[in-house]
Amino acid sequence: MPDNSQAPVGAAPGSGIWRNLRRLALFTVFRLVALFATVVVGVYLAIFIANMGGMVDQLREAQIRAETAEAVRAEDAFRDLTPLERNQVIEERVQRERARLRLDEPFVVRSIDYLRQAISLNLGRAEYMHSDSGSHRVYSIIGERLPATLLLFGAANLLVFTVSLWLALWLSRNYGGRLDRLVVALAPTSAAPGWFYGIFLILLFSFVLPLLPAGGMVSAPVPETAFGYARSVLRHMALPLLAMFVSSIFVSVYSWRTFFLIYSSEDYVEMARAKGLPPRLIERRYILRPTLPPILTSFALMLIGLWGGAIILEQVFNWPGLGTLVFQAVGHRDTPVIIGTVVIFAYLLAATVFVLDILYAILDPRVRLTGGGR
Amino acid sequence: MRTWHLLWQQLRRYPSALVGLALIGLFVALSLYAVLAIPYREALLLWRGGEQWQDYPRNAAPAWTNWWRRSKLPETIVVRESSAEATVEETFPDGRRLRMTLAFPYGYGEFPQEMNLFVEADFIESRPFASLLWQTPDGRQFDLGTYRLRGRERISLSQNRDLARRLGAPAHIALLSEPGARPLELTGRVLPGEHRLILDLVMFEDDAEVSTKLISYGRVHGLAGTDHQRRDLMVALLWGTPIALAFGLLAAVGTTVTTLVVAAAGVWLGGWIDAAIQRITEVNMILPMLPVLVMVGALYSRSIWVMLGVVVLFGIFSAGIKMYRAMLLPVRDAPYIEAARAYGAGHWRIILRYMIPRVLPVLIPAFVTLIPSFVFLEASLAVLGLGDPVLPTWGKILNDAQSEGALYNGYYYWVVAPAVMLMLSGLGFAMLGFAMDRIFNPRLRAG
Repeated sequence: MPDNSQAPVGAAPGSGIWRNLRRLALFTVFRLVALFATVVVGVYLAIFIANMGGMVDQLREAQIRAETAEAVRAEDAFRDLTPLERNQVIEERVQRERARLRLDEPFVVRSIDYLRQAISLNLGRAEYMHSDSGSHRVYSIIGERLPATLLLFGAANLLVFTVSLWLALWLSRNYGGRLDRLVVALAPTSAAPGWFYGIFLILLFSFVLPLLPAGGMVSAPVPETAFGYARSVLRHMALPLLAMFVSSIFVSVYSWRTFFLIYSSEDYVEMARAKGLPPRLIERRYILRPTLPPILTSFALMLIGLWGGAIILEQVFNWPGLGTLVFQAVGHRDTPVIIGTVVIFAYLLAATVFVLDILYAILDPRVRLTGGGR
Repeated sequence: MRTWHLLWQQLRRYPSALVGLALIGLFVALSLYAVLAIPYREALLLWRGGEQWQDYPRNAAPAWTNWWRRSKLPETIVVRESSAEATVEETFPDGRRLRMTLAFPYGYGEFPQEMNLFVEADFIESRPFASLLWQTPDGRQFDLGTYRLRGRERISLSQNRDLARRLGAPAHIALLSEPGARPLELTGRVLPGEHRLILDLVMFEDDAEVSTKLISYGRVHGLAGTDHQRRDLMVALLWGTPIALAFGLLAAVGTTVTTLVVAAAGVWLGGWIDAAIQRITEVNMILPMLPVLVMVGALYSRSIWVMLGVVVLFGIFSAGIKMYRAMLLPVRDAPYIEAARAYGAGHWRIILRYMIPRVLPVLIPAFVTLIPSFVFLEASLAVLGLGDPVLPTWGKILNDAQSEGALYNGYYYWVVAPAVMLMLSGLGFAMLGFAMDRIFNPRLRAG
């Protein structure tokens, strides 16, 4: 792909809004096709990996054979059969089960079929897992876990995002101060992930000072009133939320602060200062406006990152979210559930990238005029 | 050489960089010590656990925790004795009766964790008899039963239910306890002084020999304490160091260098190669890395080197490519590259010798800060139960601690020690990396 950012900005003369619109439409279609192809390939790879290139099928067949043999042996009706006849019965049942699960077809054929279903968002039924209400539908299983993940990770990421942006902006105005130096010094502590701080927070607030619950999402028995329920969930949320906040706030503030510092030393900002514009105005119109696209990108990617949560943090805090779900699904080799989460993630990511592309075109006139480029 | 000197000159001005370097140096020294003191095979064997740890206490705290305890917890005491040195009481045809005395001085204010007697009898056919008698410093005597010895035997004094019922408490408490007013009443205080375990042995062969070992398991052990399988945690803490460093370093090198080369090749060669690289990167962004690793661990292999391979494979086409591409695009059209082309430099020469060195300054700090994230990734996998099956690593200690409910049971050292190692190694690299970032990218120095 040629490097479009180098194309002359004057390429689109004032000859018409139509030309711009046509370009935008063309660009939109092109991006949509490219993104869809990406999703298809990505999902197929996920299907391939989740089945270990067909290796999981062998495991599953061995399991079916063992279970069927066990069942036939336990059944009174087959007690009197000769071993040969009994083996025939077992073989027959195994074949029937294989046909039901379509294990008798080659993996490549099935994988294409899986792909078709996955892409059309027909996520099907889980093989072993079920939702708490007893449904085997992948949608119900995912749907049951989604609110927990969204609640915890949404709250944590929004908190980190807003606090770090606000603090970074403030620090970039007062850089070199004591708080600024403290943030710079503490930034390396973010090398440790959230679950790591989680362990210590559990130690501190659940065992040394038994103030908060060590894990789970709601206390048992479940509180009956809505208020009591919310209170219990909030109490359970406090520690994982704090763990995520502590693990990412410093590096987040640090990198946004550097980002703003770089932009606030641009020539046009100096120029605005020289003109004597009020600092508020400079901040809003000269620093925040041109940095809006990167801020939006990271905000959108953060939203996407919510999907799937964080396997380990959820494991450490015993949080019944999507991360735990994926971990359990891998343990049960329940490929429909794994693929279901990947497919939804892929579509969400593609949709976000697409929306970002459009937003960029609106926010950044250069992109709009040159037909887009990344 | 000169560049290194210059770098050092710059780094010296950042205290955080010096602290980071010191930490990294410490960990490198520790890994060297681990590799030299405990050879690889021996470390694996030790960590497999089993009988080799039978002289060690279970879940003992580190010895230094006694510093702040008013009443010191006991360490492990081992008393050995063999029949060759025992006094012979009586000889008869084809055998002898003798008395072995194991002096057991006990001065701690707290009871031990457990007491075991290991007896090794060497005989051909007739099994020797041993009757056990416990003598306290104040002259009381307790009959601990008679045993017919096999070849090697562990007589567990503490877990003998009958004995516990007879004495009123598990043996390691009842035998060492101060007597109460009435018989068999225990005060719960230790009676310090020289206790004695007396073995009256009857052997029916002339050359039969018996050797014994009385172990009073302590409640503290060594610098790191022990785990639920009696393994000394020091083994894994020490050996975890080279493994963590190797994993972090290899993964960081594997992902950053390949990513940079691929990005540079894409930018330079352009056309369909660049487009393909871009599309692969986008596809890769859709695939969730950790679930894939979990899948590989659950279905294929949990070996740390397989994991490393998968991490590097996924790391090649990471989002970093987009960043490097943005940095390399202006480089492509720089005049010095034009000059290189003019004198006939080939594609690879231009990519490796002209383009990549240009963006290295940005890469090196990122590379250094990337190392801890891989160290923590290894620990994360281990905490999920997908750690390497044989290697002792920090993450595996954490995993054991989690599954044994270490925090709940108050074995905080079991979690704290590996966590501190992880944190310090992470901090070391991160502090150095952040300082280097400011040196190599002067625009960041504003603050």
